[in-house]
Amino acid sequence: MAGPRAGFGKSGSQAGLVRQGLTVVGFFVLILGLWEGVKFVGGDPWRSGEQVLWNPPLRIFFASDLNLPHVWTIVSVFGAPAQRESPISLGQFLVGAALYTWREAAIGFALGAALGLGLASLFVHFRLLERAFVPYVIASQTIPIVALAPMIAFAFGQSVVSVVIIATYLTFFPVTIAGIRGLRSPDPRALELMRSYAGSRWATYRKLRLPASLPYLFTALKISATASIVGAIIGEGPGGIPDGLGRAIINFNQAYITFPAKLWATIFVSALVGIAFFLLIRLVETLVLRGRQAPAV
Amino acid sequence: MTESAPAVVTIAGVDKTFEVAGQAGTQALQGIDLEIRRGEFVSLIGPSGCGKSTLLRLIGDLTTPSAGTVTVNGKTAHRARLDRDYGMVFQAPVLFDWRTVEENVALPLEILGRPKSERIARAREMLELVELQGFLRHHPYQLSGGMQQRVAIARALAFEPSIQLMDETFGALDEMTRERMNSEVLRIWERTGTTIVFVTHSIPEAVFLSSRVVVMSARPGRISQVIEADLPRPRGFETREQPRYFGLVTQVREALHGPQAQVATVGGPGSPARTAAEGAVG
Amino acid sequence: MADPRAADRPAPGSSVPGPRSPARRSAASRAWDTLRYYAPAIVVFVAGLVLWEFAVSALGLQKFILPKPSAIAAALIERAGTLVPSARTTFVEAVGGLAIGTLAGTLVAFVTSRFATARDALLPWAVAANAVPIIAFAPIMNNWFGVLSPLSKMMIVAILVFFPVMINVTRGLSQVDASAVELMRSYAASEWTILRKVRIPNALPFFFTALKIATTLSLIGAIVGEYFGGVDLVLGRQIVQSASALRFDVTWAAIVLGAAMGIVFYLVVAGLERLLIPWHGSVREGG
Repeated sequence: MAGPRAGFGKSGSQAGLVRQGLTVVGFFVLILGLWEGVKFVGGDPWRSGEQVLWNPPLRIFFASDLNLPHVWTIVSVFGAPAQRESPISLGQFLVGAALYTWREAAIGFALGAALGLGLASLFVHFRLLERAFVPYVIASQTIPIVALAPMIAFAFGQSVVSVVIIATYLTFFPVTIAGIRGLRSPDPRALELMRSYAGSRWATYRKLRLPASLPYLFTALKISATASIVGAIIGEGPGGIPDGLGRAIINFNQAYITFPAKLWATIFVSALVGIAFFLLIRLVETLVLRGRQAPAV
Repeated sequence: MTESAPAVVTIAGVDKTFEVAGQAGTQALQGIDLEIRRGEFVSLIGPSGCGKSTLLRLIGDLTTPSAGTVTVNGKTAHRARLDRDYGMVFQAPVLFDWRTVEENVALPLEILGRPKSERIARAREMLELVELQGFLRHHPYQLSGGMQQRVAIARALAFEPSIQLMDETFGALDEMTRERMNSEVLRIWERTGTTIVFVTHSIPEAVFLSSRVVVMSARPGRISQVIEADLPRPRGFETREQPRYFGLVTQVREALHGPQAQVATVGGPGSPARTAAEGAVG
Repeated sequence: MADPRAADRPAPGSSVPGPRSPARRSAASRAWDTLRYYAPAIVVFVAGLVLWEFAVSALGLQKFILPKPSAIAAALIERAGTLVPSARTTFVEAVGGLAIGTLAGTLVAFVTSRFATARDALLPWAVAANAVPIIAFAPIMNNWFGVLSPLSKMMIVAILVFFPVMINVTRGLSQVDASAVELMRSYAASEWTILRKVRIPNALPFFFTALKIATTLSLIGAIVGEYFGGVDLVLGRQIVQSASALRFDVTWAAIVLGAAMGIVFYLVVAGLERLLIPWHGSVREGG
């Protein structure tokens, strides 16, 4: 054996990517298999119309058709009408809602990232401000957003503005913390080098601190991507937004007994939006950090 | 003593090529034949990329040859490693942050399953040997680089292996500490009779310590010359002032640089004092 | 791993040449240093409270959304009978979920880090799953385990906490200095020994990083889960009910309770960390 790898970030060799793609797909198939497998063993009787195709030997409470609809039920409900007497299918509706929510989240993400980096830059250069305010930055995140959301909606009115503010609120924190660590990460000797060139603080910031902070920032941005989606979805409720995923979740949750598959469909779409945004940031990270160490995951 | 001693390490016809995905591999070593006898102190010296560290790791079964065999104590290198026949000191100290200095030195003894009282006694003994007895409870981060390296050496000595592999152990130290550590190593070597294979960048160090200096060349890695360092033992600070010492240093340097060395030593790099001394020796 | 770059020069950060034992400075002087370090934050806190109290009346801000601190304190006292039991229940949900999620995450991490192929396959999935917003599974858990049962909230918290713990502990167990593993191989140590003596100690800082994230997540998760439905005497429901009744002073009182619990929880873990891994850089530098 030539010796173990210290980390496990794979570089982007062709064969490696294909293999990773295959394992990901393979894992997905495994999950599907488990899903139906559990229903096979302990779900409700499998029916086609009135005929019972298979009666599982056990009864596991979360494997019932109400709690865990069949995969094909969930898939087929995408084609069903979104609401009673609605001209568009659920699939179309959800895609529209997803895009709407994503737009809100993206704006909040951009604002939150800018705010986070700005605060971090301020704190790194003025330690007194850091010591004074960072504990409150951290404490701010202990306030559950579901509590702040109604108040923000009340203050700024039921509009997209409230939703964006909420998304920004959830985004800025990881970026601030990571920004502080990243901007401080350069080796003290590298900072000394800049001083030996009589570089101003601004030059040191631009040429040394900022590039050094990028890996840390991107780790935080990947978390913030998800956080902004969460913020947008949660904010839409109090914010009175009818067109986003938030309202869809609330509606379909209320109608769960009648149409369990619709909630699941909405949840999958929400999950996909979160993952897609995350992957987008990861893609940007690979491009921006070209030539440096590959991201850990 | 060494001429009649049995061979403990035999390297025969060894090649080592490192495969790099999608490219032609780099040949680190080619056609290496070397025999090391019991109780010898052998140095491997050569320019970067000559494969000296790779050769050391082959002996230690931390990597395998692409061709040829490595025999240690009459067994395969793999067997020798499992039997814990050798100790290794790396370039970096590789100490565990979460252990105290004492606990770090006791690590191999823990793995060997020695009882606690024996471990503590032995660790303290080794730390006294490297003059760090006042730092038992310290953590590695509280020590300077040189001190950490001494802890690593104490650790390597802890379980008294019959073979020691040392990879540029003193590379990070300043000259004075290095010379002192050289004497320490010799003192320990004479007491324990261990076989030592020592990789170094420093010509004076190689000559001062070894019975034989194996000079290697790069691209591909090969043994270009083996020089007998026949300085009298025991060796001390006076040894570094003997004419024969300077002659050997020159010999090794010439072997390293090839025929151009003749011109290089007079007009080239090197402290004026040393160059003058060599000039005086002739 | 300890870094030997500074050859024989004193260890970085020490003002005295040569090694320095931290125990030399007295406990009193260290306490004073901590106080001095936090002084600006304390000043800001006090100043903020005072400012808040007067700005609300002076600027005539909507008493609805931003009540005076005194009004919030009054509401806290007025509703203590409901808020305190609510806080307790929410806390229990959070701790219960934290325990389940941390245990599960650690166990799975041990398994994944052992088998490189499993790790390479699972870790991207875990990171992606971590990117799924909590609102995606909160309603489902409520449906499965009963919206009125604390177990449903615990499961929400457990899922929320599972992924950061699993990801970080896997990293901690795998991202070990290659030379440290080689050193152990040179001692012919078994994989089990390497796990015990190298990987697990190496993973402890990673574990604590995850735990600190998890404590905050656990309270938020419990409250968000309650937002989607639950018994009345939990913080999430108190928040929702008071907000819809426009009694924002009560809402803020509930928030303050929740935040206070979150901070205390975090500090407990930070204290535990200082106790268990005093040798780690981030703990040493007070970071």
